[in-house]
Amino acid sequence: MIITILYYLLVAATAGLIIWNIFKTKKWQEEALYVIVLIPFLLRLLRLK
Amino acid sequence: MTRKILILALGALLAVFAGLGFYNIRHLREPVVLGPGVAEVKTLSEYFPALKGSVNDCNIYVLGNAKPGGTILILGGSHPEEPSARLAAWVMAENGMVDQGRVFIAPSANRSGTKVTRPGGAYPASYTIPTPWGGQTFRMGDRWASPLDQWPDPEVFIHYPSRQNLAYMDVRNFNRAWPGRPDGTLTEKTCYAFIEMIKKEKIDIVIDLHEAELQYPVISTIVAHQKGADLAALASMVISGEEFNIGVENSPKALRGLSHREIGDATDAVSLLLETPEPFLDATRGRTDAQLLLTGQDEFVVRAGKRGLLFEKIDKKGWPIDVRVGRQTSTILTLLDLWSQDHPERAILLKDVPKYAEVIAKGTGAFLKDPKAADPARIRYE
Repeated sequence: MIITILYYLLVAATAGLIIWNIFKTKKWQEEALYVIVLIPFLLRLLRLK
Repeated sequence: MTRKILILALGALLAVFAGLGFYNIRHLREPVVLGPGVAEVKTLSEYFPALKGSVNDCNIYVLGNAKPGGTILILGGSHPEEPSARLAAWVMAENGMVDQGRVFIAPSANRSGTKVTRPGGAYPASYTIPTPWGGQTFRMGDRWASPLDQWPDPEVFIHYPSRQNLAYMDVRNFNRAWPGRPDGTLTEKTCYAFIEMIKKEKIDIVIDLHEAELQYPVISTIVAHQKGADLAALASMVISGEEFNIGVENSPKALRGLSHREIGDATDAVSLLLETPEPFLDATRGRTDAQLLLTGQDEFVVRAGKRGLLFEKIDKKGWPIDVRVGRQTSTILTLLDLWSQDHPERAILLKDVPKYAEVIAKGTGAFLKDPKAADPARIRYE
């Protein structure tokens, strides 16, 4: 159970970094790419997939 | 900034769209209309309270109680992506009557595995069996429990108690985690709960229902623990002479974690595992959809057969779901018949379950009950 919680924290941290990158980058192509990469992290955090 | 917000909003829309699909299939309600033979519906946590409230606290339908005799446990949904196993269990729970002994049926033994599918394998999310009243939709399921219920996977799965090294994803494989342990993973706890149940209910026979790809050598067969080798061999001869070809395989002593090996070793029960052919699982299959799942027709698997790559015959007729469900029910009925002849004091007399020819003639859907026409008190959901 502790390992599972740690993994969810890792997912949340990674999702946070991706969102940070969305705001940091100036290229719209990278913004779109980060958003696509973000989706599976969000779905796992929301316990949907 | 406006552009960023717009792209984020589009991403959120995509996430909602995808998320809804996953949510809906995980929460799809599959009704079981209790047949006249169902005396009681138990839950697995009655045998291991730590499972109470968990996704794998599955329903167990108990048929019979009129005349003392033997007891059998039928496991459907060990690997939910093998649908004839769940459907045969459904048909038995909704139609079966027991004159002697008791029949325990778990249509969703690994319920977590029914709530996830394999989008990477292009699996459909669900499938519908046509019925006289319209159709009944079932979750497609996967071979393994959902990562939402057990996560992360280890680098290597070390089986308990043998310490045999198995593939990492098999840590979520219900049929690699037997006999389980009370303080293990969800899958191990589920197996442990069934072992407790088998001991407490003094179950004589456990039959674990499965399907296999045609490229897998263990197919169209009864895999038997040594305690059930004679019973399985006799059943194979009777069924092959009267209905369809089915073989017998001895449960390997060195391959750990499987129901046919571990249940027989850990309890007094005779443990058997049935395999029917499912072309949907073959690696050389073509379009992977609900139609292939239900018709078992695939030109690429047929082509593999022509090149001698398969362990079971296939032609353009394929392996329809009705044939596969009929094989499961007929094999169980024959095993019970032979068991009862040999153990009159522990006989298990199950009737009103359709056999092979009847399932093929009428279709599986003819034996599924309409929940809208049923007394709500006689409906349970998987």
